[in-house]
Amino acid sequence: MRARILPLAEAVRELVHDGDTVALEGFTHLIPMAAGQEIIRQGRRDLTLVRMTPDIVYDQLIGAGCARKLVFSWGGNPGVGSLHRFRDAIEHGWPGPLEIEEHSHAGMANRFVAAASGLPLALLRGYSGTDLAAHTDTIRTVTDPFSGEALAAVSALDVDTTIIHAQQADRAGNVQLWGIVGIQKEAVLAARRSLVTVEEVVDRIEPRPGGVVLPGWAVTAVAHVPGGAHPSYAHGYSERDNDYYRAWDAISRDRGRFGEWLTGLRTATVPA
Amino acid sequence: MTTTVAATAEETMVVAAARELHDGQVCFVGIGTPSTAANLALRTHAPDLVLVYESGTLGASPDRLPLSIGDGVLAETADAVVSIPEVFNYWLQAGRVDVGFLGGAQLDRFANLNTTVIGAYDAPSVRLPGAGGAPEIAASCRETLIVMKQTRRSFVAELDFVTSVGHGRGPGDRERLGLRGGGPSKVITDLGVLEPDPTTRELVLTSVHPGADLAGIRDATGWPLRVADDCGVTPPPTEGELTVLHALLATQSTDQPAADQG
Repeated sequence: MRARILPLAEAVRELVHDGDTVALEGFTHLIPMAAGQEIIRQGRRDLTLVRMTPDIVYDQLIGAGCARKLVFSWGGNPGVGSLHRFRDAIEHGWPGPLEIEEHSHAGMANRFVAAASGLPLALLRGYSGTDLAAHTDTIRTVTDPFSGEALAAVSALDVDTTIIHAQQADRAGNVQLWGIVGIQKEAVLAARRSLVTVEEVVDRIEPRPGGVVLPGWAVTAVAHVPGGAHPSYAHGYSERDNDYYRAWDAISRDRGRFGEWLTGLRTATVPA
Repeated sequence: MTTTVAATAEETMVVAAARELHDGQVCFVGIGTPSTAANLALRTHAPDLVLVYESGTLGASPDRLPLSIGDGVLAETADAVVSIPEVFNYWLQAGRVDVGFLGGAQLDRFANLNTTVIGAYDAPSVRLPGAGGAPEIAASCRETLIVMKQTRRSFVAELDFVTSVGHGRGPGDRERLGLRGGGPSKVITDLGVLEPDPTTRELVLTSVHPGADLAGIRDATGWPLRVADDCGVTPPPTEGELTVLHALLATQSTDQPAADQG
């Protein structure tokens, strides 16, 4: 079945439910910020949030109380410093306790690949000698049956809905993204359902060098959300708004200021 | 120019790190000081240095300092842009990277690193960003360079958490753990340079930066620091190096270099 083109609010209502495991991916580029904020507006609860780099998008969801658990590999504000809502949740249980499942980037990337491939696990040379395996149940050691070598095994991610942002979709729901393509293809194919927000809906997709095309029959829904990656960027459409990343440091540092931001988001008629 | 302005401790650290990169090497780069050092090397003595950022940009030659590891300028100038699984599996894990940069909140005498928590894992006093690409960079690069400021809080006797393995607990540990890269070859700080002893693998002070002194360095180290018999003084940054560094920093619109591996 081909992807349907839906308004963002309708797509999020249909594809993200309380208690779901949700992955919003995009590696510093094409981060689906507007979709994350729509999840906050709809008041989703008890989500398991999966993402290599939680970034501002999950700092907002965590602070808003949407998350029960976070599965991740690097939780900082890139180029700026700490993610304060993430830290407050882990260090002080505010606004509620946050369970964590922590990996390295290589481990998370391979967990997406395993899920996209329909495999229960992935193998990698990783984690050996670190304290991560002792705290993360989805990291084990297995023996290569051919050579006898010990390798790390990580379980496949089990994702209900993946949301990504891309530059273009056509009217049949085929999607193309280019520039830094990150983990988005694997994240979409790892999930039971998917939503792609796009900068532009075009009549016909022109292939780009290094572009990743997701066929419309592999995507559940597409929503036209220009600027939906702000303050991250969409290669060819927008620049990273670095001032926002720095401003977020001050907003997120203080529970009161974050609360004001959240009230503003919930009452705004247009995306923040 | 006839006047020479003394370099700051941080500038000396960046310049010392840049000098460790050799022309033609493939270098895995994180944001912050490593990116600054690698871009400085590219613009001075190592024009054929290959920069690999973990966002999947291979052979990037940015005309300004990138704001994040996924900055668009990296994709625009790269030889190839690959996916995240590919950069970690095909390029890093398979042993195609010569030198990786690491830093952290805590380092111990065997150059193991903590970027995960201060305090207990389940009830940390400070929750740090976590592993990112570091454990596999530490495992798989032919060698790693650690760049971080040296203080008693960061150079500790015992890590609160081992995020990335340096030389483990001593000789033979990397081999026992199946880590195929050589591990940390140098730790470059704002005060000096430390290198693992060839026999014990414990870090030994091998160079003192201009303006730093032995007593101060010992005071900034949380274990009894050994000093090499032939411990020297780091040649100060040249005017040329500083000019290029200042020009490079001027291309960055952020105020602070901040988080490594961003």
